[in-house]
Amino acid sequence: MIDFLTSFSPAFVLIVAGIIAALTPVYQGRKVLMVGVPALVLVLINTMYLKGGDHGVLGALGGYFSVAGIELTTIRIDRLSIIWGNIFAFAGILNGIFGLHEKCKITDSSALIYTGAGIGAVFAGDLITLFMFWELLALSSVIIVWRGGKDSYPAGMRYLAMHILSGVLLLAGAVIYGRATGSYAFDHIGIDAPGGKLILLAFGIKAGFPLLHNWIQDSYPKSSVTGTVILSVFTTKLAIYALARGFAGTEILIYIGGVMTVFPVFFAVLENDLRKVLSYSLNNQLGFMVAGIGIGSSLALNGVAAHVVVDILFKGLLFMSMGAVLHRVGTVKASELGGLFRTMPLTTLFCLIGAGSISAFPMMGGFISKSMIIAAVFEEHHYVVFGMLLFASAGVLEHSGIKVPYFAFFSHDSGKRPKEAPWNMLVAMGIAAFLCLYLAFPWGGAFMGYKGLYAMLPYAMEGEAAFHPYTADHVVFQMQLLMGAMFAFTLLKRFGLYPPERRAQILDFDWTYRRLGLSILKWIDAMWTRLGAQTKYLLKLLFGRVGKRLYQVFSPAGTLSQDAPSGIAAVFTAGMLAAILLGVYYF
Amino acid sequence: MDIVSIFPAWVLTHGPALLVVLPLMMAVLTALAPNKNIAGVNIPWVMTGGTVVVCAILAFSVLMQVLSHGPINYAMGGWEPPIGIAYYIDALNAPILLLITLVAVLCTLYALPSVSAEVEPKKRAPFYAAFLVSFAGLLGMVTTGDAFNVFVFLEVSSISTYVLVAMGASRDRRALTAAYNYLIMGSIGATFLVIGIGFLYMQTGTLNMIDIARILQESGPDSRVVKLAFAFIVVGLGLKLAMFPLHTWLPGAYAYAPSFMTAFLAATATKAALYLLLRFTFTIFDPSWGFVGKSLMYLLAGMGILGMMVASLQAIFQNDLRRVLAFSSVAQVGYMLLGIGMATTLGVTAGYLHMINHAIMKGALFLAVGAFWYRFGITQVSDMRGLGKTMPLTMAAFTIAGLSLIGVPGTVGFVSKLALARAAAENGWWWAIGVIVVTSILAIVYIGRLIEQAYFHEPPNQGGGTLAKNEAPLIMLIPLWILAISALVFGINAEWTTSLARTAADVLSGGPIVNMPYIAGGH
Repeated sequence: MIDFLTSFSPAFVLIVAGIIAALTPVYQGRKVLMVGVPALVLVLINTMYLKGGDHGVLGALGGYFSVAGIELTTIRIDRLSIIWGNIFAFAGILNGIFGLHEKCKITDSSALIYTGAGIGAVFAGDLITLFMFWELLALSSVIIVWRGGKDSYPAGMRYLAMHILSGVLLLAGAVIYGRATGSYAFDHIGIDAPGGKLILLAFGIKAGFPLLHNWIQDSYPKSSVTGTVILSVFTTKLAIYALARGFAGTEILIYIGGVMTVFPVFFAVLENDLRKVLSYSLNNQLGFMVAGIGIGSSLALNGVAAHVVVDILFKGLLFMSMGAVLHRVGTVKASELGGLFRTMPLTTLFCLIGAGSISAFPMMGGFISKSMIIAAVFEEHHYVVFGMLLFASAGVLEHSGIKVPYFAFFSHDSGKRPKEAPWNMLVAMGIAAFLCLYLAFPWGGAFMGYKGLYAMLPYAMEGEAAFHPYTADHVVFQMQLLMGAMFAFTLLKRFGLYPPERRAQILDFDWTYRRLGLSILKWIDAMWTRLGAQTKYLLKLLFGRVGKRLYQVFSPAGTLSQDAPSGIAAVFTAGMLAAILLGVYYF
Repeated sequence: MDIVSIFPAWVLTHGPALLVVLPLMMAVLTALAPNKNIAGVNIPWVMTGGTVVVCAILAFSVLMQVLSHGPINYAMGGWEPPIGIAYYIDALNAPILLLITLVAVLCTLYALPSVSAEVEPKKRAPFYAAFLVSFAGLLGMVTTGDAFNVFVFLEVSSISTYVLVAMGASRDRRALTAAYNYLIMGSIGATFLVIGIGFLYMQTGTLNMIDIARILQESGPDSRVVKLAFAFIVVGLGLKLAMFPLHTWLPGAYAYAPSFMTAFLAATATKAALYLLLRFTFTIFDPSWGFVGKSLMYLLAGMGILGMMVASLQAIFQNDLRRVLAFSSVAQVGYMLLGIGMATTLGVTAGYLHMINHAIMKGALFLAVGAFWYRFGITQVSDMRGLGKTMPLTMAAFTIAGLSLIGVPGTVGFVSKLALARAAAENGWWWAIGVIVVTSILAIVYIGRLIEQAYFHEPPNQGGGTLAKNEAPLIMLIPLWILAISALVFGINAEWTTSLARTAADVLSGGPIVNMPYIAGGH
């Protein structure tokens, strides 16, 4: 049995389960699939990996078959992909548990297929397989977006357009690359390879590069309670995997990553919808990973892999807690929430753990991974980007670490007294929260706590390459950063959040500076919003006109679609004949 | 065991003739059969079903024979050309024979409830008889090796098809004007074809395709008569295969014909005409001649691209469900023409593959649409609301075929579009890849619109509650799902279909066929 199941990509197990789920009328049956099949896949992945010889250092290759003359490798499990595979399968289980209460056939089956597509793409050994799962990922996830309700349909359409574009770019790049190099294998590509730029752009759309990022904040907050949780796991992290596989050490990524970490901070601070705040912070975390990939040293790539694992856990945890709030209260607008800790104590606790992890408090998830990336950036002497990452780390604390839990659970009392989240949500959040703490646990044997995570990373971390997050240096530095940021929040809050009142100005030169900076940024943001609105208006006008013109020409009553009288059609035919005769005679 | 040896010798020898003669004779008998059920049995349907099943077996035997023993050149009645008529079957037309007969089997299965609902009972026997005539005509067009015989069978199939389209009038009166339009256009096409063949006869003095090809090879391309013949034949066939902008008859005919006939037409009729275009341009004329090569490249590929773009846009804005699919057919013909227009082995393989694959998916789509009408009288896109709940199985099959039309990986549509893109890349036609991508996105829009209606809207209210689930009858679901599943099977494992397309393309890349010994029949 296990031999049979390991002979093809585990993605197909999930996809078949998704199809079965679509045909299963009893929701309990679907829920068994939702939790059980990702668990089965988790076992399968590791069986395959261990069978791959030498503990999979060389990687397990397999699942060959050919489509239209191209040999496809659908299984490639090595030290890099196994991490993504494991955390994806695990996230699938968590999502299954989190969504146990939901009785929607479409979401269940598309979530399974979506998970399968994510895992399939991670294990793709060639660009064509990658493309196929890339597209499947887009198609299955847009269905999840669409289940979000009324507003989600246009958002889903925009989401789909971006992702289909990404897929098309990937295919075009892959064909060019394959023809130039004679191989479709998905290994290091590099930006200078033929088609490399197209592929990078395709990955960049999915990874939310600056200016290509809007689909994240556009669609994720509009999805359903469970939808956002699962969406936040796969699409963007897959892009990170693809970048790490194909473009490690590409210098431009360092700067792209730096910008990605910084710019969402401002938007996140100003945003009222807490799930949108989290979407911005998702973008910001991706920036850390992209910068790490740009560095490309083994420490940096290890940091990226570790950060993906922890990020899926804490970001999932935060989205889950906001999902629970949305489920119970019906809104996640900061202005309408507050004081929920009284009746949702456990959700509050879990949210705080997630918030602490994303802010990289020592002893919590983000600390052990983010410090690796930042250290790698520092080691390679990219001081500007280093500064940006530090600034962004402080910013993360502001908006995700403090703002989200503060406005949802504390702040002024909104008077709302919702029930505690359903048990299944609490279980899922509990597991994620436990792992956030466990993976940062500093004591114990070789495979306890963070050492266990480090042992799994793609590059060996023994001897000289060893990395110790819990040095006095790291901890003190991180605490200073965090305390400074918390202090800032307290002050800003104390004197009225935005803009700070006059008294704040004279407190410290640093604050003057930050306030000035903040005002400039606020101005830019306001202008940006106006510019955006203006562009949107112009685009709408343009597309409205083009669409209308197209409609006039092509609609059933349009010029080109009326039933042509046979007389006109006959004239067409004669014209065609004349054209061909001319062509045939004279050319 | 050799699969050919399981067929008796007389089937192998006379299969090509039987394929055409049997449905023609059965058509006569079916026309005489009673309209009413006798002892609960629908006699005309049983006769039609038996005939198409036997024809499918014959077509399969012929295909196997061709694949293992090479081309069959069958002299009708033992009269060898130039006196008699020859039937010529090679790897180019044998797969099309199998395709037509298999689609006919599936459609006939589906016809039992569908035709009872859409055609008046008193016209039932004539309806099935006309279908058999049309079926025989298509098979004749594809098997014959005689140029004039092509025209005859083309008219046989066309005239019966006009009648069949017009029989949709009991459902929608507009079928009459659609049929009339089709009649006029079809006749113009057939006339052009026969004029072209006349010019060929004038030049070569023979009607046998192999003889024509040989004499043309000897005399060379520099004859005005030959060029004139070429132009007339290409336009005539272009009309029949709905090459843009000669497609104007198609949307009306597909939209108002009885459901069963639409599915059969969409999956077979344009394919037979496309085969004739391949036969004439590649094996009778010579693609290495300047004017033929240039026509392929500029005319077929050019019109193909134009058709892909314009017809896809038209499909987006249609309100009538079947017109959406009809315009999409015009666009898909564009893909095939693009592949053929490249005139390389890869390109022709891709075009041919798309022809087979398109028959599978469009057949499934039209069968599903027929089932929607059968249960709920649905003809408009807006009426599809909630079909995902009211007819889940039918809608699921529709969705699979629709995704395939878009070209989602894992379906036949992806296989042939990928093949087409690779062929274009090999040719250096990067812009063609761009067009394929853009039209695929347009396909996402027009298919997505339908799927969105079905799955993301609640079923309409009726009598206080939402419409109850009312799945299509099993006998309609079986052929529909066979097609939908083959769209997946041949999408995942495309080796068999690709190799068929490849052997067909190899026949064409060999250039004109100028010599082939005869098997005498009818002793």
